[in-house]
Amino acid sequence: MNALSLWVGDSATMLRRQLRHMQRYPSLVVLLVSVPVILLLLFVYVFGETLGAGLGGPSGGRGAYADYVTPGIILITVASVAQGTAISVAMDTTSGIVTRFRTMAISRASVLTGHVLGAMTKTMLAVAVVVGVAMLVGFQPTATALEWLAAVGVLAMVSWALTWLTVALGLVTDSVETASNLPMPLILLPFFGSGFVPTESMPDWLRWFAEYQPFTPVMETLRGLLLGTAIGNSAILAVAWCAAISLVGFLWAKALFNRDSTH
Amino acid sequence: MNDYRSGPVGGALSGGPGLREAGFESGPAAISAMGLRKSFGGQVVLDGIDLEVAEGTVFALLGPNGAGKTTTVNILSTLITADGGDIRVAGHDPAREPEAVRRSIGVTGQFSAVDDLLTGEENLRLMADLGHLGRAEGRRRAAGLLERFDLVQAAKKTPPQYSGGMRRRLDLAMTLMVDPRVVFLDEPTAGLDPRGRRTMWRIIRDLVADDVTIFLTTQYLEEADQLADRIAILDHGTLVAQGTGYELKRRIPGGHVRLEFADARGLESAAGIVGGSTREEDALALRVPTDGGVGSLKTMLDRLEGGGIPVEEISMHTPDLDDVFLALTGHPETGKDAPR
Repeated sequence: MNALSLWVGDSATMLRRQLRHMQRYPSLVVLLVSVPVILLLLFVYVFGETLGAGLGGPSGGRGAYADYVTPGIILITVASVAQGTAISVAMDTTSGIVTRFRTMAISRASVLTGHVLGAMTKTMLAVAVVVGVAMLVGFQPTATALEWLAAVGVLAMVSWALTWLTVALGLVTDSVETASNLPMPLILLPFFGSGFVPTESMPDWLRWFAEYQPFTPVMETLRGLLLGTAIGNSAILAVAWCAAISLVGFLWAKALFNRDSTH
Repeated sequence: MNDYRSGPVGGALSGGPGLREAGFESGPAAISAMGLRKSFGGQVVLDGIDLEVAEGTVFALLGPNGAGKTTTVNILSTLITADGGDIRVAGHDPAREPEAVRRSIGVTGQFSAVDDLLTGEENLRLMADLGHLGRAEGRRRAAGLLERFDLVQAAKKTPPQYSGGMRRRLDLAMTLMVDPRVVFLDEPTAGLDPRGRRTMWRIIRDLVADDVTIFLTTQYLEEADQLADRIAILDHGTLVAQGTGYELKRRIPGGHVRLEFADARGLESAAGIVGGSTREEDALALRVPTDGGVGSLKTMLDRLEGGGIPVEEISMHTPDLDDVFLALTGHPETGKDAPR
């Protein structure tokens, strides 16, 4: 069997294992989805009226804010699932089963690919739930079928990138607790971007960061696809950021996984 | 007492280097390592050990915690690379051809390597899938191993519901799913109760009948003696002895006699009279290695009586790892630090 078909076959096996885990331990997914859902409800119902008025659009108010905030909440969902990935990678590597995999004649990369593909499946499910809730509380996307498809593509891309990064974060530590804390900044990142308020409303120094950080172009692209706002060069920037993060995450995770160690 | 610590024991290495040149397929060694060395951050863990395991035999690496047993297993099973040494496992160098080695080996480590979220059967099927066995074959083997390891009732349950012994059996069953020719068992009975230990011994003996080569590590002389064709004793990264259980026990014939005295003075003078003994100052006791023969015991007691030293209490001990170490290294087992 050549390396590629070995990798594909073993990755499929590892993905099945991840899906079985999800089925056995669904509360983890529920927990991960609850973070973005609570934030969504908080921002739409508590702050929504005021923040919506501040957007300066023609309609304003809660409904307009639900539209505005949903792309940011979607990114928080992606980051939240990625955090779960760091936890499950750390649990896996500290449990001995990965040590067993390392002594087997399998594609080593498949251990990680299984996690990544499993995490992407979880992300899509979680985002579907969150978007459903968002629509119930006033999110009114204007996207065509093609735009929805493109939005799913953007999500897959950002999920792929963040997952590789969090796989590395899960491998870099020996403790599950640390693994669950390390990706924390990812969940906060949409706040320091265009996720919750337009960057124009921020002080200059923060605005500079908010406009150049990786999540902002992704959120602007999603916003453009789902709500018809201007995308501009955000799509290109989003692709570039995701490619860069994937590459760094992948190489880092690979190096960590292949290091001469037994955890 | 120190006669045995110097150098490799004669006859321990049966094959010699010629066999590797002849190629593994025709040679009898499933595992061979010459001059195996490994350090972690300046601390020497393995200081040039030589060992050879013939195909279809059981080899036990006996030693206390921290002696380097797990490090040896990790190197031979491709998990870590050695700093030096000439190693062949199933005919291949684990550092240069890890894939080839992995195709022939199975490892059951010291720490449980089962998936806690999958049932026993699913764990076995996972191994079948990773071993590219095909659906029907995987199902057949899983059923066979569940039966053989008395796990049929537990097949649909997840490992957190298992006892320690069941978990260990599942772990080993997973290792055997892909039909390895060389099996590494790192302290297979650590933490098991006597019944679990006995069940595990029976399973290991059955494996030998299948012509599998087994490399096991243990802290228990009795376990090594029960299971292994050859035993090597590892202490602080060096092999202090190697041979069959019979050969080793001949060197530590009757374990030791423990003599207790009424006061420190008694202990002091007795230690002067009886050579090769170790003191237990706190207990006012003296441990004297012995061949277990009545004659030598009488001689010793006569000498003590001749010296006018009253012995409060006397007890005989059959050999355990402590005695092995005392007899072979001249110092009691010292490596009771953190496991490695």
